[in-house]
Amino acid sequence: MAATHAVVWQTAAVVANEPLTPTIRRIVLTMSQPLKVAAGAHLDVRVRIAGELDRRSYSIVDASDDGETVAVSVLHSVATRGGAPAMHALAVGDEIEVTQPIVDFPLRIGAPSYVLLAGGIGITAILGMARRLRSVAADYRVVYVGRSRSELAYLKELVAEHGDRLELHIGDEGSSLSVPELVGSVGAKTELYMCGPIRLMDAVRRSWGDQGLSAPNLRFETFGNSGWHEAQEFTVRIPATGLETVVKPGETMLEALEAAGADMMYDCKKGECGLCEVRVRSLEGSIDHRDVFYSERQKDATSKMCCCVSRVVPTQAGGSALVEIEAS
Amino acid sequence: MKDSTVHKVLNYPVNAWYVAAWDHEVTRTILARKIADRPLALYRTTDGRAVALADACWHRLAPLSLGKLVGEDGIQCPYHGIQYNSAGRCTSMPAQETVNPSATVPSFPVVERYRYVWVWLGDPALANPDLIPDMHQMSDPDWTGDGLTIYAPCNYQLVLDNLMDLTHEEFVHGSSIGQEELSDSDFVVTHDESTVIVARWMLDIAPPPFWRKNMQDKFPGYEGNVDRWQIIHFEAPSTICIDVGVAKAGTGAPEGDRSQGVNGYVMNTIAPETDRTCHYFWSFQRNYRLDSQLITTQLRDGVHGVFGEDETMLAAQQAAIDANPDYEFYSLNIDAGGMWARRLIERMLQAEGRPISAAPPASTMGPIRRTVGAAV
Repeated sequence: MAATHAVVWQTAAVVANEPLTPTIRRIVLTMSQPLKVAAGAHLDVRVRIAGELDRRSYSIVDASDDGETVAVSVLHSVATRGGAPAMHALAVGDEIEVTQPIVDFPLRIGAPSYVLLAGGIGITAILGMARRLRSVAADYRVVYVGRSRSELAYLKELVAEHGDRLELHIGDEGSSLSVPELVGSVGAKTELYMCGPIRLMDAVRRSWGDQGLSAPNLRFETFGNSGWHEAQEFTVRIPATGLETVVKPGETMLEALEAAGADMMYDCKKGECGLCEVRVRSLEGSIDHRDVFYSERQKDATSKMCCCVSRVVPTQAGGSALVEIEAS
Repeated sequence: MKDSTVHKVLNYPVNAWYVAAWDHEVTRTILARKIADRPLALYRTTDGRAVALADACWHRLAPLSLGKLVGEDGIQCPYHGIQYNSAGRCTSMPAQETVNPSATVPSFPVVERYRYVWVWLGDPALANPDLIPDMHQMSDPDWTGDGLTIYAPCNYQLVLDNLMDLTHEEFVHGSSIGQEELSDSDFVVTHDESTVIVARWMLDIAPPPFWRKNMQDKFPGYEGNVDRWQIIHFEAPSTICIDVGVAKAGTGAPEGDRSQGVNGYVMNTIAPETDRTCHYFWSFQRNYRLDSQLITTQLRDGVHGVFGEDETMLAAQQAAIDANPDYEFYSLNIDAGGMWARRLIERMLQAEGRPISAAPPASTMGPIRRTVGAAV
């Protein structure tokens, strides 16, 4: 079905909340206004973070045919952007506010071959696509990357459903993925869909460009929640207004600035649109660019950053992390 | 037993091929057309492939059809210059070095066949080109002809009703193809899961003006009676090919020998535009005097005149339906073909989980609403 971007809020009831791995839980919802779910769809969920209602996006991992029952899976990492504790704490019978399924990462049917690449929790966006491609007898591979087997959610299901089409790369088993090798193996018309940590996706993007492959055939989705560095506390200052605040590991710079009273402009909150761009006047430490809005050249220049996802980290352990900015 | 209801404004299935345009209408100049409530931007790539994109830019929904074609297969939004390829993927954004990964517009499956450009607006995984209705007379070298498009201001099913029961010819088309034997003759209706056939033979009758002319094109000077046939082939959801013709009376046409007659095929396929408008593509094909462009043009213009009478009636009928919301349809025996067509369409809609009526009563309008925890 054609992509829909319409945001229609509704209530959903929690019917299950079970652990899949030590850090990932599967949360099953009954939607009050069901809509058939397309591959690549996600839900936005209203979650309470530090007392405030906020919005987080979670890929739909599977759904009943009529879309009445929908499952998401949520990783509770140390550097979480804040939605996971509330999601993990949901009890059966709780009601939450969710959008109808939104498809910002549509799977196109009809490509001659596909590679689906998932890193860690990124599998949540890839599972439904893999099922869909299997159902239409497409030529596809699922490449699933993680640090250890115990971290890989849905592994049993993937093995059962995709057999030889599934390729595992597990760091502590010595089978790490070689990105240039993977990208080197795809055809000129292959479409690669990926979701995973930014290091993995940046490496694939670079390799994709190096190999001269068609940019529109590389599809990806990021909710802006991973960086090159662990999220750490840093200070942001707006000299023009005298505002200064500390950005804690569990919040974004945009959230901290808003909480401190800055009037900020933004839209996607996942590092795609560039509307939250701020100009960097001075910097102690370095910028952990977590967006997909800037090119590598622009990221190297460190004169601007997308404050909805990107952070500042100390250049060396224990060093200072501070950025002075101008906002729009 | 289920109630047999006749919906006045029938919904349309989306898991179906609809004709979006004649092949000659889709060019390197963008064509804007709405099919099944989907505004489309239709164009060809430089290598001649037809493309159907949703006609709204991802950014601020400006119509891409007002833009221009760029590169081998791309289109550029007229407003801020965002470019997409034929798969609907954004390839360029203004004033930035990257492309937002979620920037896409839907690109719909397209097949060019039988001189038409067909689009599939439903689940693309089901878009099997083998499901395109058989209209081979449009492109088979044993046939020739031409046609036009009628923009009909009515629900598409009213056009199907019209074509599935040709007794209306006596009253709507009295000066060309109508004759009273149409109402006097018996007809036979058969169906399977996706087709309906209505066959009617009128034996040893005087041909109406349209058919006298056609007979005389093949048999100069022929003035005698004819055996006339109308065999209506409906293929769900909205294609009707009508095998029509006359042969010298008593020369064996009903038994299969049409050598002493003339045979045409009225090719009709209707694409809903909205619930109350449709694009009605038709052509009149024939299998005799293939070399004569004069006959092709005369037939196209003649049928165009006949169908103009239908168009007037269909528009008036839709207006009367909308002006009389308290009244329902009643059926006649002659409606058997149209009623089977409706039933096959209703089954397609049920399979898609879509409402049967495009204009349900107010109490069931809007999105499906269910209470959480209600019995399933």
